Amino acid sequence: MFFYTLRRLLVAVPTILLLVVAAFFMIQVAPGGPFTSERPLPPEVLANIEAQYGLDQPLWKQLFDYFYNIVVHFDFGPSFVQKDRNVNEIIANGFPISLTYGTLSFLAATLVGVTLGIAAAIRHNSWIDYAAVSLGIAAQALPNFIMGPILILTFTLWLGWLPGGGWNGGQWEYLIMPVIALATSYMGSIARITRSSMLEVMNANFVRTARAKGLPSRTIIWRHAMKPTLLPVISYLGPVFVYVLTGSVFVDLYFSTGGLGQDFVNSALTRDYAVLLGVTILYGALTVIVNLLTDLAYAWFDPKIRY
Amino acid sequence: MRTLGTSKRAAELAADVTDFRAVRGRSLFRDAMGRFLSNKAAMASVIVLGLIVLFVLFGPFFAQYSNEEIDWTRMGDIRGQGMPSFETGHFFGLDELGRDLYSRTIQATRTSLLVGLIGAAAALVIGTAWGVIAGYYGGKLDSAMMRIVDILLAIPLTLVLILILVVAGRSFIALFLGLGAVSWLTMARIVRGQTLTLKTREFIEAARAGGVSETKIITRHILPNLIGVVIVYASLLVPEMILAESFISFLGLGISEPHTSLGRLIAEGAGTMNYGTLWQLAFPLFFYVTIIITMFFIGDGLRDALDPKDR
Repeated sequence: MFFYTLRRLLVAVPTILLLVVAAFFMIQVAPGGPFTSERPLPPEVLANIEAQYGLDQPLWKQLFDYFYNIVVHFDFGPSFVQKDRNVNEIIANGFPISLTYGTLSFLAATLVGVTLGIAAAIRHNSWIDYAAVSLGIAAQALPNFIMGPILILTFTLWLGWLPGGGWNGGQWEYLIMPVIALATSYMGSIARITRSSMLEVMNANFVRTARAKGLPSRTIIWRHAMKPTLLPVISYLGPVFVYVLTGSVFVDLYFSTGGLGQDFVNSALTRDYAVLLGVTILYGALTVIVNLLTDLAYAWFDPKIRY
Repeated sequence: MRTLGTSKRAAELAADVTDFRAVRGRSLFRDAMGRFLSNKAAMASVIVLGLIVLFVLFGPFFAQYSNEEIDWTRMGDIRGQGMPSFETGHFFGLDELGRDLYSRTIQATRTSLLVGLIGAAAALVIGTAWGVIAGYYGGKLDSAMMRIVDILLAIPLTLVLILILVVAGRSFIALFLGLGAVSWLTMARIVRGQTLTLKTREFIEAARAGGVSETKIITRHILPNLIGVVIVYASLLVPEMILAESFISFLGLGISEPHTSLGRLIAEGAGTMNYGTLWQLAFPLFFYVTIIITMFFIGDGLRDALDPKDR
């Protein structure tokens, strides 16, 4: 297990490197740059600005300097567009916010989804089952950019219960709507995956054996059926955790939470390469780490899996 | 005493038993079809989706206005005069610029359906080819191909889509290419896994022992056995593609005017929901949610019908 983790981490490093190089060159291909504007700058001024950010250097030199600064100084460079900020600051500012409501949505989606799924599977073909399945499917059709306006319309404009946006240091009134908006569609998927997985497990031979020897169904569900039920759920949860953090663009736009999603899209639209690359590296690294954790959790849940 | 004679009725029954007709063999697909047809939720979804397709095809004949025409007389007061009504001929009301929302919704629904189908088809073709080649030939080729998939999966989807749309310009083709380019990865993984297990089965060994060529083994023996998994996954991809396109259009990066899609209409409707023109959000949202939900039910129905594990 230890060596497996070590090996995976060793593979992760070149993966992230490749990711950075690929993103670096893809951005170069895109037309326009951070300093193209409707009124073109005089060439001398442009040359000066580019020299200041090192954009006049050959590409390989730029790439090398970029890596050098990250590895040696842990410095992701200055932002090209927001003149007085650097990428480290932007990430340090936005990431905790994304992480807070992202984690909360992830927990909410998992708890509600798994509970619904299990309730539906235990009472298979009852009204609970039908209600849970309908709820799951309806929730799946409501991704965060649809839930955003619906929630604001209901709770801010009609009922006037919750503030329409802002972060305010993460007070709970400001957290509720972003968390619900982000969690809904994942909750639906998790509920459906849990339900079908549980149904399959409840038909398995070892559950029949447990029934035959007279165990109460509570013991069967919690001690025997739970772990194998959660296996497919876990493999779904890994990517969801990363998506929750990356896919939060709309939450940031609607609720003005100020998370990283907004910086990410803005940097892509304004060609703020430094921010774009920095956020990409962060997300890439997160993906690799979360994938590793998912695989390890898999081994813990299913003793048949050996690495 | 009763005689052990022949009873007329028993003889008839016996004749029925011996009178067997040659029963036509039931193929796997006939079986699956039967199961799908008896799935009420899936069949209801097929009907609803069919109605939406009919609406998209024949709806334009009933439109009083085209999707580009601006109703100048009413555009000054959309909240008061732009409501959905049969009298004015704007069945779904007006959008923010005074265009007929009925025509716009039809146009948007058509775009979204096309995006879903073409995106899923692109993912299906690329993903299946990639997965079969990696899984069948194995070894170094396999690890190289799958490493590429892993790396691509680690790149945030939004970044790739935004970059493709920025590099290639905003057009239908770029959008389809972009969606296809990001969506085949999971398909490739699933197909590869399935190919790996198929490859070790006896009938493949038999084919190889019989001297069947590699390409023939792939096309005749492996691909047909993959169809079930591939169809199920592709049907689940269709709503995902529609969602992804809405996501992109919502950011203002997808389809550009005068074309439109449901994601764009929803974005526009959400932008004006403060002004009391809720129909601008309601109609596109209704079509969108209906399409997604029916697609999910159809995908589930197909999985139940085709997946041998759940029988």
